Amino acid sequence: MSNFSVGFRSQGSIQILDLHGELDAHTAAELEAAIQKCQKDNRFHILVNGANLMYISSAGLGVFMAYIEEVREGGGDIKIAALQPKVYNVFDLLGFPMLFDILEDEAAAVSKFDVSAN
Amino acid sequence: MAAPSYTLTIPSSTRFLEDVREFVSMHAEEAGFSDQIVEQLKMAVDEACTNVIEHAYQGQSEQPIEIAITIHSDKLTIRIRDKGRQFDQKAYREPDLVEYAKTRKSGGFGVHIMRKLMDEVAWRTSGGYNECRMIKYRT
Repeated sequence: MSNFSVGFRSQGSIQILDLHGELDAHTAAELEAAIQKCQKDNRFHILVNGANLMYISSAGLGVFMAYIEEVREGGGDIKIAALQPKVYNVFDLLGFPMLFDILEDEAAAVSKFDVSAN
Repeated sequence: MAAPSYTLTIPSSTRFLEDVREFVSMHAEEAGFSDQIVEQLKMAVDEACTNVIEHAYQGQSEQPIEIAITIHSDKLTIRIRDKGRQFDQKAYREPDLVEYAKTRKSGGFGVHIMRKLMDEVAWRTSGGYNECRMIKYRT
């Protein structure tokens, strides 16, 4: 039984992914599948809400690394919001704030997208 | 008095990483480490076991991984043993985030994370098994 899930929400052209649980080498494939679904649906403005993400290992971080260029080449971005401090620390440890927009909350991330969300 | 030691053996499948984190968390908390250090220990052991599953055993899911935690008055040591392929320390290169994004590379952060989170990390191979030994000192 996986202790990780992804919920899909939309706000205008922004696809919001709500991450729940623990993201590790076992569950990373579920995040990968979620991002692939966004690409397939031509939704390249992806906002990852990490409010309920309790843990992330490098396998989870690797999914963001593997897809960020493709998503940007598609004219969009992956922005990350509302991370718990212990999870943010892991992103920070590897220097992710240098490559990704990581925002305090979802509203701040929405406003960072250069699109009309309504 | 001998330092208390606890051992968990799992099959080499990522399905068991959650059990590994729970095992580490339970004993590190019992030993009085802060929540922040407990998170670091969980992650370092998760990364070490993931590397064993993916690289030492190359995806074979029924091979043994033994995780042993020993609580000392001044430190906690974690020993992870496997019987798979040896980790080639000489071939290891530190990850470059920008390069990784450009080449869509998704792995290779594990050792970097282990070294950042733990005070000491060392590997050796002897007696037919590989051993990764990590130490966190009490501050």
